[in-house]
Formats: sequence, structure tokens, C-alpha cells
Amino acid sequence: MTLSYPRASLQSFPPALYPDYKSTVKRAPKHEPVLIPHTPSELTGPLYGHDSFRAGDDDLTRQHPGEPIGERIIVHGRVLDEDGRPVPNTLVEIWQANACGRYRHQREQHPAPLDPNFTGAGRTATDAEGRYRFVSIKPGAYPWGNHPNAWRPAHIHFSVFGPSFLSRLVTQMYFPGDPLFAFDPIFQSIADERARLRLVSAFDLATTVPDWALAYRFDIVVRGRDQTPPTS
Amino acid sequence: MSILTPSQTVGPYFAIGLTPESLDRKWIPTVTNDLVTPDVSGARIQIEGRVLDGDGEPINDCLLEIWQADAAGRYAHPADGRAPNAAFKGFGRAATNAGGHYLFRTIKPGQVRGPKDVLQAPHIVLAVFARGMLRQQYARIYFADEPANAHDPVLVLVPEVRRSTLLATPQPGTDPVVYQFDIHLQGDLETVFFDV
Repeated sequence: MTLSYPRASLQSFPPALYPDYKSTVKRAPKHEPVLIPHTPSELTGPLYGHDSFRAGDDDLTRQHPGEPIGERIIVHGRVLDEDGRPVPNTLVEIWQANACGRYRHQREQHPAPLDPNFTGAGRTATDAEGRYRFVSIKPGAYPWGNHPNAWRPAHIHFSVFGPSFLSRLVTQMYFPGDPLFAFDPIFQSIADERARLRLVSAFDLATTVPDWALAYRFDIVVRGRDQTPPTS
Repeated sequence: MSILTPSQTVGPYFAIGLTPESLDRKWIPTVTNDLVTPDVSGARIQIEGRVLDGDGEPINDCLLEIWQADAAGRYAHPADGRAPNAAFKGFGRAATNAGGHYLFRTIKPGQVRGPKDVLQAPHIVLAVFARGMLRQQYARIYFADEPANAHDPVLVLVPEVRRSTLLATPQPGTDPVVYQFDIHLQGDLETVFFDV
């Protein structure tokens, strides 16, 4: 069977079923997935680069007449494949709650204020070295109904394309030292601690802007084509 | 080799960033559920259905993404090595509504090469994301009225009794043809998902 991308790398992913995260119980497929070869359908993927959004879409603090309330932050990093090669000109999309932990969505009803100056959506594409950069505000922790007194650690949702449909990744970026990590089943669903820590951004003093914004670095590693020639 | 950044659930509020048209925002969507470009050749089709959980309940916060070749079997990607058909990008994104319904407007893809250069039956690659799904699931949409299915090198790997879960069914009297394709995350009709 032709498998161009190593499947073993997926061991860092969480399982489909993780009962502590209750919504997985009715949404995790019960059959074993069927192993199939990687064909051109899997090894190609959508290309959306710098021509697919507007200038300024990477600054979540400038989408409204006023500035949003909250701690201004720079979130930046690189998109790399698992062999360490940068992924250039690939779309990175983010969405997040406001500084009070409230999402601007009609199904979100918890009693924290909306911010008229904050939508919570951003997008950009990586440069030739795989770098991306957003300006935003730090999201608040967010209560949810999974178990009594459940709170999600502050996080920013990330969506990344990478070189093919197999490298497609939707994930969440967390902030270092969050006391809620130990109690969050979504974060804890990842068994391997080293893999879990991939989701925690690093405070980055060198990128902070004095008197203006703190900075966090978040590198993203997506699936990539195996460099080793196949043995026939 | 670096450890992959693990997947995390898309959560219930992905529409803010990924399908903003469903929230009526000024944020212009990057991608929508309509793949048809004015200049694209090929048969216009519509694919629609519902996404259901293990209780058979509709899932109203599911994100679907599709990836497909043009009518000549070419992908809009450099690895294909051929120029794509016009402006057709072959990628679409849809959120389910309150009833768990989704819909894509596209064109029927042509046949693309598979293992050992055997032609695959026309198909669309599908990725399923939702709250309660910690990682995306991959499936394929095939066309029930397509004779090439009998020789498809991927379908043959699926137990025969479950193959119908990957077949979109043409609805009689529709023009452009509407194909029905429901996605069951669990249950007797659980959709076949792939280990890729």
C-alpha cells in the first residue's frame, strides 16, 4: 500500500473517544477506520494564500471603530512540517472569545459581556519561511457544561491547511502556566505530555512591543511527506 | 522528526472564523459551500444531507470540508502537474444548520489516478469536524449511479456491507442533479471513515 505520509506521527493526536469529554461519547465512530492508500486525492489539497483575504485581517483589534477591551497580544510563530521544513504561503485562520471569555455567537449565552469592538476572527498566510503573525487581545477563560464548574483554559482556535488535505489541522493554542490545564478534558485528551505541550504557546519577551503589547510564540507542526524513499 | 501539533476540537463556535456567512457578519468568508465558478466546465450537481450522532439526533454544529478534482480529473494543486479547469479551486466548506442539514453546490469530478495508475471512480474527499470530535474524520463521497464504482481501488477495501454509506444517491427529477448523502457518526448506518 502506498503511504506517502507516515501514519505513526498521528500518535500525538487525541483519540476520537475520550469519555471525560462527554460530547465524544455519541460522536466518536465505533468502527475501526479503514486503512486506504494515499492517492492524489489525499496528497493534494486546497491552496489559499495571500490572495485570499484582505490586508488587516491579521489584526483583531482593528475591525471596529474602537479598540477592544483586554490585554493586547502578538501571537506569532512558524508552520513547519514534521521534517522541519517551513510551509510557505499557507492559510492560517483563528477565532477566539473576548477578554471576558465570551464568544460572539448566537448560541453563546453565558453571562459575560460582549465587546462591541471585538468579533474574534482573524486570518493570514505564512511567508516564505513559514512565519505568521496576529495582533489580538488575550481571551478569557470560558465556562462550559461538560461537568459541574467546568472551565476551558484560555485558548485561541487555529485552522491550518499545510501542503495537502492530509496535513489539514484544526487545533487550539493555550497560554503558558494556565491553572485550568489539569481540569480540562479537551487538553488532557492528549496522552503524551510532550505532544500536549505542543499546544502551549511560549511567552516571548523578545517580540513584545514596549508600552504596547505582550507576545506569545506558537509554532505549528503539520503532517508532511516522508523523505525516506519507499522500499519496493 | 518533530512531534505533530495535536488536533483539538473545532468547538461549537467555529462559525465566527470559518463559516461567518451563517452568522451574518461583515467578515467575508474565505471559502463557502458553493464551489462553482462561472467558467468551470462539467455537470453542475448539488450534494446535501444531514449529519447525525449516535442517538440519530441531528448535529447542528458540524463543519464539513470537501476537496475534489475538476470534471477532467485535475486537482488545482501543483502536485497534479496539470493546469486546473479555469478558476475552479475544488474546495468547499459548509456548516450544518439547526436541523443538521448541509449543502454543497459543485460539479461532478472526473476520474483521478489511484495506486498503480488505476483510475479511481469519481469521488470527493470529505473531512468532518464538530464539537465533540477531538480530531477530524476522513471519508469519501462516491456517486451511486457511477458504473466505475465497481472497480474503484479504495471502495474495494471497504467491507461490502458498509460500502453504501459512501454512496451519494441521485434524487429523481432534479436538475441540476441533487445527490443525497447523510453522515452517521455512529449506529447501524455508521459512515465508513478512513485511516489515512
